[in-house]
Amino acid sequence: MNVLWIAIAVLLGAAALLSMARMLMGPSILDRALSLDVLVASALTGIGAYAALNRDPTVLPVLLVLSLVGFVGSISVSKFVARRHEDALRERDEPVPAPNTEGGDAA
Amino acid sequence: MSDALTAVLDWVAVLCLLAGAMLSFVASVGLIRFPDLLSRMHTAAKPQVLGLLLVLVGIGLRLLPEETGIFTVGTLAVVGLFQVITVPVAAHIAARVGYRTGRIDEDLLVADELFDRLESEDRATGTRRYRASE
Repeated sequence: MNVLWIAIAVLLGAAALLSMARMLMGPSILDRALSLDVLVASALTGIGAYAALNRDPTVLPVLLVLSLVGFVGSISVSKFVARRHEDALRERDEPVPAPNTEGGDAA
Repeated sequence: MSDALTAVLDWVAVLCLLAGAMLSFVASVGLIRFPDLLSRMHTAAKPQVLGLLLVLVGIGLRLLPEETGIFTVGTLAVVGLFQVITVPVAAHIAARVGYRTGRIDEDLLVADELFDRLESEDRATGTRRYRASE
């Protein structure tokens, strides 16, 4: 069983490293936000694996908080990108797209 | 709970954790290898969430024999629920912003249904909304 635990740890570490590499490579800021999401999910998985290995339920609130907070990052980056895009259009005197009619002001 | 049952639960839990870790790894490999934002979003949303849910099931099975097992399983269910709710929202918003700020590589799209829809709406209302090529 020990081999399996080590395999789990290695896989999760490799997953975190690969998403880190994507975060460094980019190319756009949305890619980076996306890979940050994946990194947070890997952290969730890793903390969960720790809890399972040690039969230690005390870290579960951390899981709860991370799963709630993790997505705020990519959403706020998306909003930021959309706002900056509109500002750039205004500066160039190009027409700013009409506000979205089908609910939400996401983009 | 009997020892034999606990041992069986442990094995199932470890297999669940292993499958979840593999799916997380696959998701990260896809993040590296896929060519554009939308396909990376696919790998970040689907295999990653399935892997996380499998890991949560594994933790639940492993912690179930403890005294506070029921509360643990409740917490894990809430974590899974939040993930299932928030990940699609985040992916949806990021994809939308990517599309409307022209960060989507159109050569890689097989079908672009949003463009047809936006175009027909723009023709109907006389507005102009942004897309990649403009």
